[in-house]
Amino acid sequence: MYVIVVGGGKVGYYLTKELLAAGHELVLLEKDGRRARQIADEVGSIVLQRDGCEGKHLAEAGANRAAIVAAVTGDDEDNLVVCQMAKHHFDVPRTIARVNNPRNESLFRHLGVDEIISPTRMALAAIEQDIPVHELLHLAQLQSGDLELLEAQIGDDSPAVGRRPGDIILPDGCSLFALIRDDNAVAIKPDTSFQAGDKVLAIARSDAESELHRALIGATPQGSTA
Amino acid sequence: MRAFIVGCGRVGAGLAEQLANAGHEVTIVDARTEAFDRLPEDFSGRAVRGDGTDEDVLRRAGAEGADLFLALTEGDNRNVLAAQMAAESLGATRSVAKINDPVRAEAYAAMGIATICRTSLLVDALAVFAGLPSGATIGGVRAPTGHHPGGGHDRPGSRAATLASTEGASPPVTALATNAPTGPSASPSAGLPAREG
Repeated sequence: MYVIVVGGGKVGYYLTKELLAAGHELVLLEKDGRRARQIADEVGSIVLQRDGCEGKHLAEAGANRAAIVAAVTGDDEDNLVVCQMAKHHFDVPRTIARVNNPRNESLFRHLGVDEIISPTRMALAAIEQDIPVHELLHLAQLQSGDLELLEAQIGDDSPAVGRRPGDIILPDGCSLFALIRDDNAVAIKPDTSFQAGDKVLAIARSDAESELHRALIGATPQGSTA
Repeated sequence: MRAFIVGCGRVGAGLAEQLANAGHEVTIVDARTEAFDRLPEDFSGRAVRGDGTDEDVLRRAGAEGADLFLALTEGDNRNVLAAQMAAESLGATRSVAKINDPVRAEAYAAMGIATICRTSLLVDALAVFAGLPSGATIGGVRAPTGHHPGGGHDRPGSRAATLASTEGASPPVTALATNAPTGPSASPSAGLPAREG
């Protein structure tokens, strides 16, 4: 399979080495001369000192017979242009763009990029795994700090799932008044049944927070100080 | 008219001044505060510091639904990204990218983006000065000759997509100038090698 890699930064360099090791035919385009020579010393003459954003350079690299063009420079805009040129002028079947700003992902897909690689998104996902998801969020302090406005996210394993407000024993001076379900705000009524995914808005005394956590979310997660 | 300009270089600043003086509501964005020194002291528009290719920045600066969006930074690809973002995600009515590489300017016009190319402008002007017939190269804003890649897709919340789907054949990005050439040089694949086989 013939692959064109654009961008000889760390991602492009290691990608090139791995693809070569896997037996693929490929060319790496790197516009910086020094960096191109440096990589060529390591991997051989498959490095072209060219700007992959330019149509004629993609043509020289044989874009019209490439199965995949992977744009992995550090700049989102350059990766977009490489993929669009590859797609629309060389009919490359599969274009891959590295995207640093997660907000660009859907736009790039919309504009015809086939595959998005987002290091930011991946790091974010890894980090979020380590953060307790079901937490009490502090939204605001009321009455000069004696009371707090809190948001509790109901998880699958929450003791409140399937129960009504009257079935839940709440700490003194605590009131549940609304919940957010499917992006809509809903008033909590006596016959409201809590579901996983609900975000329950509550007002509670500051010292009753952990009791509220146990009632709505479950046991306080390990390592959390909430 | 609500005009939004990314890039406060000589062109961006000059145009911002003219549009503001003509009574239009102008916002200009640049990543460097010093760039705003190019604006006149009595500039009546808004100057916002930020990355003009960041959708959050553009939204905060009020680019949504702009009547005219001009991407005029020094980077061709940044302009390509910003102009497409404006057309596809921010619902700008008209959006133009300055692309100084003539091949890329041609290519993006064929992809449905209005472009303006400084190189072509200068070459054309100097060719005329040298006595050659005018129009040997493309002068003004290059009208889109093709469909914007995203134009036909449905993307919730995208005004450009809605326009494209309700107006059928009309591309979401329209040209500023009506005198854009339609000769053979404006054909979609001119200047680029065609795919073989």
